[in-house]
Amino acid sequence: MSATAGARRRTALARFWREYRRNRAGVTGGVILVVAVLLAVLTPLITDPAGLDVTRATGAKMAGPSLEFPLGTDESGRSVLLMVLWGSRVSLLIGFMSALLSMVIGTMTGIAAGHFRGWFGAVLMRITDWFLVLPQLVLALVLGAILGGGVSTIILAIGVTSWATTARLIRAQTLAVEARPYIERSKALGAGHWHIMTRHVLPNVAPLVLANTTLSVASAIVAESTLAFLGAGSGEVSWGGLLRGSYDWGAATSGAWWYILAPGLCIVAVVMAFTLCGRALEAVLNPRLRGVPR
Amino acid sequence: MSLLELRDVAVSYRIPAGEVPAVRGVSLSLAPGEALGLAGESGSGKSTLAMALLRLLPRDAEVTGEILLDGEDVLAMKWGRLRAVRWASASMVFQGAQHALNPVRRIEDQIAEPMLVHGLATPAEAKRRVAELLEQVGLPAWRARGYSHELSGGQRQRVMIAMALACSPRLIIADEPTTALDVMIQAQVLQLMRSLIAEHEVSLIMISHDLSVLASMCDRLAIMYAGRIVESGPAHEVFAGASHPYSRALAAAFPTVGDPASRLAPQGLGGDPPDPLHLPTGCSFHPRCPVAGPDCASAEVELWPANPSGSHTAACVNVRSEVAP
Amino acid sequence: MTLLEARDLHVGFASHGRRARAVDGVNLAVGEGEIVALVGESGCGKTTLARTLLGLERPTSGSVLYGGAPLAYSSRALKAYRREVQLVLQDPMGSLNPRHTVYEAVAEGPRIHRLTGERELVAEALSRAGLRPPERFLDSFPHQLSGGQRQRVVIAGALALNPRLLIADEPVASLDASVRGEILALLLRLRADLGLSALVVTHDLGLAWNIADRVAVMYLGRIVETGPVEQVLTAPSHPYTQALLSVLPESPAPVILAGEPPDATRVPGGCRFHPRCQVLAGGAAAEAGVDSACRSQALTVLPASPEAHTACHYAAR
Ligand SMILES: Nc1ncnc2c1ncn2[C@@H]1O[C@H](COP(=O)(O)OP(=O)(O)OP(=O)(O)O)[C@@H](O)[C@H]1O
Ligand SMILES: Nc1ncnc2c1ncn2[C@@H]1O[C@H](COP(=O)(O)OP(=O)(O)OP(=O)(O)O)[C@@H](O)[C@H]1O
Ligand code: SF4
Ligand SMILES: [Mg+2]
Ligand SMILES: [Mg+2]
Repeated sequence: MSATAGARRRTALARFWREYRRNRAGVTGGVILVVAVLLAVLTPLITDPAGLDVTRATGAKMAGPSLEFPLGTDESGRSVLLMVLWGSRVSLLIGFMSALLSMVIGTMTGIAAGHFRGWFGAVLMRITDWFLVLPQLVLALVLGAILGGGVSTIILAIGVTSWATTARLIRAQTLAVEARPYIERSKALGAGHWHIMTRHVLPNVAPLVLANTTLSVASAIVAESTLAFLGAGSGEVSWGGLLRGSYDWGAATSGAWWYILAPGLCIVAVVMAFTLCGRALEAVLNPRLRGVPR
Repeated sequence: MSLLELRDVAVSYRIPAGEVPAVRGVSLSLAPGEALGLAGESGSGKSTLAMALLRLLPRDAEVTGEILLDGEDVLAMKWGRLRAVRWASASMVFQGAQHALNPVRRIEDQIAEPMLVHGLATPAEAKRRVAELLEQVGLPAWRARGYSHELSGGQRQRVMIAMALACSPRLIIADEPTTALDVMIQAQVLQLMRSLIAEHEVSLIMISHDLSVLASMCDRLAIMYAGRIVESGPAHEVFAGASHPYSRALAAAFPTVGDPASRLAPQGLGGDPPDPLHLPTGCSFHPRCPVAGPDCASAEVELWPANPSGSHTAACVNVRSEVAP
Repeated sequence: MTLLEARDLHVGFASHGRRARAVDGVNLAVGEGEIVALVGESGCGKTTLARTLLGLERPTSGSVLYGGAPLAYSSRALKAYRREVQLVLQDPMGSLNPRHTVYEAVAEGPRIHRLTGERELVAEALSRAGLRPPERFLDSFPHQLSGGQRQRVVIAGALALNPRLLIADEPVASLDASVRGEILALLLRLRADLGLSALVVTHDLGLAWNIADRVAVMYLGRIVETGPVEQVLTAPSHPYTQALLSVLPESPAPVILAGEPPDATRVPGGCRFHPRCQVLAGGAAAEAGVDSACRSQALTVLPASPEAHTACHYAAR
């Protein structure tokens, strides 16, 4: 049985890849992401973090791009390229982890709210709605202030404030799945809540969850940048932090365009890449979500 | 002259895995005012054949042969002519029609649309005609201003029939008009169709897999299996004394209540429907046939006469050996 | 021996601010090794009754008894109950998860109940349901099977738990004429081989004639006539049963009931069938002097005993 199950998974994966490859935007996004993640992973191997230290900066202050500093330097003479590379590690980490957190909370809440129709589901939905209308940024700022700085705080703050839309989406899908006759059959076979939620509902909402998570990584990166820009960042070098620095030191007025553009373009590129991938995943996975596998 | 005549009509669908021969050489004719019942299991090509008659098939379907409506070949018609024919000479009640109504448009607008599109009536005349049509199908005129979700299944089916009648066609093709309806509502719809046919002298092609319904509605029956007609003849002769073993199985599937022979003895047909991509050789029915002989797997079957006058034909080797000299 | 019994069962729903009395006082019993058909037109409450018997719906009043003991609604008790009583639904495509193979679909019950020897149970259930050899079907997905095969998979899924009673809601309504007989014959064979009882819900009287021992005719939430199939279907005494039989295609004089289909939110007073009753409308009830009773005097709920009963003032005169 397991041998054929494995073979089936392989053919399903192959078919998924074939369809995904045909989506040009999705492939572009994927390539950008792979490059960004590879660079972030390899940064400690190819660069020296010593250059991030203000006291050991070697360049002139606010110098334009040169051979030694391809993206120029900042107000203390540090290499902007180096800072962008190291910043990508923090930005991507926060993006991934908080999206993961929001996915886990959102999926669990969504499935539970869709499955339990009684007061429990209603209460879950009220809580979700409450989080949905709360100004996310303000909440994250407050959370960050209460829990104090640090990467994990930012992850928590973003994750906890962004799951509500996921939960809504998953709940709607759960309701659609629960209306199918095979759920009734499963109940008649004696299935409990856990069995129905994990064996029938979860596999059916999984593609949606995957696509949605990819999209929420993008918004998490934006949220991180915003928080850092507002001065509620993790304290580590991140893209948002770099933007904040460029603003503080008047990079725009002093004509240091490289200082603004480098982190700004990185954010735009990565966010766009995640969005492209998420949309492509949605397009490829959704027909199968709705219908019978063909 | 016959109203409709099919000569060796074949339809195949192109799909990635190959060509699906959905209809394989069907010839039949229909006189004015005649009702023909088309029966057969799911996938036997009934809907495909019906849609081919008005060239309603998707683009990936290829139709060959001749379809003569009033002596004019439908397959050779120009688009404009075809559109006129579709409403004025022949119209169709689709399978699953209950879902074919537009939920956000009023019933009257939907019924009036073809009349207005084809310039057959002014808006005021169309309105009057809609009320008349609704009355004919037994719905109160005030329903015209309502929407489809306010109607029961049987009422929606009657609206579909009213739409088919709108341009006074001479041929109505009804694809499973009563499947999925309840016995009592089915009886209402059938009675309505019966009286409309009698009053207006329209011809009818009715598709169903319930032979008993067809036998009560139609003058003649044609039984399809795997894209071919395997038996055709006067309705009661085919229903009560079928010559093809497949028709016999279909006829026995719906028992007569009160008949001791079928009490606690449901009759079915073993085996699975044929895969259109890999049709059996010889008689396509032979793998499931309870009376198959040794030559059935190789014999070329065609419709042989099954009664002396030749009005009843069946494509089974046993028929050939019985009736042929 | 009575296996499953409904005792004065009522099930209601709130619908658009009104109350739908979907099941409105039903006594019904299914004996051991017995096949009972529940017939009636769309919306009369057949599915609701079946779901309530399975414990999928809670009665508003009255009770469901299994083996003489009232059904408990704790999740543990329900789980145990559902090893004994199984469900087969109308649409076999919809009642199988499209992502599960035949093996997974049939093994679902044994897995839920943590039975040992899953593989053997599945293979045996499949061959019992007529899918032979079972190995050929294990790895197929529902969309690769024909309609009849799918329904057999659903039946095999129920059989894998070795139930004593099958509740089948329109088991052949979405199947082809040619496969229909095969599935019905399977139900009869399971009864002969395993002593499996069945309650078959349908609007098809021919089906009842084909396989049932007893038939109960339902109208607007009540059973209006019940008794042995031969008696009820060849000599019906309730006007509604007579009308249902008269509209079968071969019958000579169809009585097509006028009026809108019944609405569970507006149950008429007196005999609930009286607004559509052809005996009342035709004047025969007035001749017998029961017409005022028809319009105003409610009928008693029929008992669950196996003999023939009719809830009609005219038939009882
Ligand atoms: N658009 C299509 N593309 C490919 N194959 C098709 C298409 N439509 C129908 N077919 C195939 O053609 C054959 C005949 O189908 P058709 O719908 O005519 O059957 P039918 O007799 O009307 O069945 P039913 O009783 O289920 O309506 C089937 O094998 C079907 O799978
Ligand atoms: N969940 C529900 N909420 C409100 N009303 C309901 C609900 N379920 C059923 N009903 C109503 O109860 C009545 C009986 O419905 P039920 O589904 O039991 O009928 P049925 O006899 O099975 O009909 P069919 O032959 O069409 O399946 C109908 O009037 C229906 O509208
Ligand atoms: S009680 Fe009266 S109204 Fe009701 S079924 Fe009998 S005759 Fe008809
Ligand atoms: Mg069809
Ligand atoms: Mg029902």
